[in-house]
Amino acid sequence: MSDVLLDIKNLRLSFFTPAGEVKALNDVTFKMHEGDVLGIVGESGSGKSVTAYSIMGLVPFPGKIIGGTIDFNGHRINDMTEKQMRDIRGNEVSIIFQDPMTSLNPVYTIGNQIREVILLHTDMNKEQANERALELLTLVGINEPEKRLNQYPHELSGGMRQRVMIAIALACEPKLLIADEPTTALDVTIQAQIIELMMELKEKINMSIIIITHDLGVVANMCDKIVVMYGGKIVETGTSDEIFYSPRHEYTKGLLRSVPNLNTKSHEKLVPIEGTPLDMLNPPAGCPFAPRCDKCMKICLREMPEYSKLSDTHECACWLLQKEAFEAAAGGEN
Amino acid sequence: MNIKDKPRISLHLDVSDFLPANEEEKQSIDIMRESISFWKGGFQRLVKNKLAMASLFVIIIVMILAFIVPYFYPYSYEQQIRGSENLYIMEYSEEELARIEAGEKVFPHILGTDSLGRDLAVRVMMGSRISLLVGIIASCIILFIGSTYGAIAGYFGGKVDLIMMRIVDIIYTVPDILVIILLMVTVKHPLKELAENVPGFEWINVVGTGLISIFIVFSLLYWVGMARIVRGQILTLKEQEFVTAARALGASHGRIIRKHLLTNCVGTLIVTTTLQIPSSIFTESFLSFLGLGVNAPMPSLGSLAAQAVDGIRSYPHRLLVPAVAISLIILSFNLFGDGLRDAFDPRLKN
Repeated sequence: MSDVLLDIKNLRLSFFTPAGEVKALNDVTFKMHEGDVLGIVGESGSGKSVTAYSIMGLVPFPGKIIGGTIDFNGHRINDMTEKQMRDIRGNEVSIIFQDPMTSLNPVYTIGNQIREVILLHTDMNKEQANERALELLTLVGINEPEKRLNQYPHELSGGMRQRVMIAIALACEPKLLIADEPTTALDVTIQAQIIELMMELKEKINMSIIIITHDLGVVANMCDKIVVMYGGKIVETGTSDEIFYSPRHEYTKGLLRSVPNLNTKSHEKLVPIEGTPLDMLNPPAGCPFAPRCDKCMKICLREMPEYSKLSDTHECACWLLQKEAFEAAAGGEN
Repeated sequence: MNIKDKPRISLHLDVSDFLPANEEEKQSIDIMRESISFWKGGFQRLVKNKLAMASLFVIIIVMILAFIVPYFYPYSYEQQIRGSENLYIMEYSEEELARIEAGEKVFPHILGTDSLGRDLAVRVMMGSRISLLVGIIASCIILFIGSTYGAIAGYFGGKVDLIMMRIVDIIYTVPDILVIILLMVTVKHPLKELAENVPGFEWINVVGTGLISIFIVFSLLYWVGMARIVRGQILTLKEQEFVTAARALGASHGRIIRKHLLTNCVGTLIVTTTLQIPSSIFTESFLSFLGLGVNAPMPSLGSLAAQAVDGIRSYPHRLLVPAVAISLIILSFNLFGDGLRDAFDPRLKN
């Protein structure tokens, strides 16, 4: 197995809002190896994006990391100063945002914005940077790159802008690329192209990717490992096969039931997860998913379940699993 | 039945029309529109605005009169012509009439002369020069201080913003005319000493302590409006994703403010500065009218008007000319500023 690139341990992060403390992340722990593609899945407000931002050291005000550690490529991220962080951002770790329409500065040309990163992190001169920008645009599959360099963001379509964003993110060949819902704002036809492009580029420059999405279809094919988050907690982690073919957590099962697949018969209905996402200001003491869970038990409301190890890669936090283990143990005694 | 025997559906079509198109032919369709930048688009809109172009024309004429014509004018602003005191418009003194009799060419006093025998036309031109200079330099000072201050307050937000904007509020509450008068009186003496005793500061005498103190007052008090406008802009701009994107790529705070935030409100900056120019000119005229502005014999439009008040019954044009000049300059700058705003403010687009 290759080296560990990213190691997040017991990360706790809160937003201190006027209304009170919002616990956005609660004991988030996961590991990532070099060359891995990791998918973080969850609904809005589950803490996926905050996890990504905290890796970049970009937790928005009034958020604060209150516990745990983030180790990335030999750096202890949460101990670093803003200045040290700047050297890493865009250089060793890059991020692509959800909305390509607003992530480019409207007053500069595409070329100018790509060059900016290159000039910031390398000691190339302007001409070299220009050549590199051209190379990058070709790499991300933009037609007529020479012309695009002198165009402004508003002259490009959403898909093209996302390609430009990817080009900018890749400019310094980062070790890790974080894609925060990279396809949400795009047309379905473009979505597939962008995903394919990212996978291609991953092979070419050998980087790792974290994909954050609420779209299971996006992560299914490309991820080695999937982290399912709910209410600021990781509820289940596993390889993509384990998550898709033997989901153990009720939330994961619910997510999968709510997505159409080829085996769904035409008369079958998709089953939505009932209820509303939980209020993070007053999180329940027990499992965050308990209020919406069909199989909720008494203990679920009181205490957070421990993680049960189902295989080397598959972990799940659910009392149902503990119950099985308990019954198995009880059955063994009888 | 044979297809070939059938009549053609249309005479315009040919069998070769249905052949597959090759890449080159496809390329010919793919013509890209010329890219229109922010500036180009803005200028196009500006040129279409007749009122703005007319006022730009007036501004240019006034600039030429104020900055170029005095160099070629036969009279200078401080030159006192003996015997030519208190002349009316286009009037000649007896001495000058005698010279004309003798066949000499004498340049007419287009606007007459004042009580000291100085040609009023050149004095109005010099006065406009001073007023324009004050307006433009003061606006630049305001632009620089105001935008920097506002950008820092808006970008960092939180406590920094709170403290910085409360300082702005305090400056707002200060009665500005009172402060100006006090400052001018107190600053005048030290400035004079500085000019006389410290080598390297002789230029203060050339510019005049009055002008310097006007600039000091402007840079102390009048940037607050600009700071507020810029802060408001930055507050909305910094939430934009491209700012986060820039941070995620490792840009420093200073770089983000300079390259990403201020450039995005450059339209507002230009417009506010242009609209600041007439208000600075107005304040300067007002101060000079009170006798606090530029040092004699240097004229400004305000001091010209003030001097004219003495002889208002006999020589009303002496007041009228500088007053019209002030109005014209202020009006055309205001209209031009409005035109600039219409052309460059992205929110007013379409």
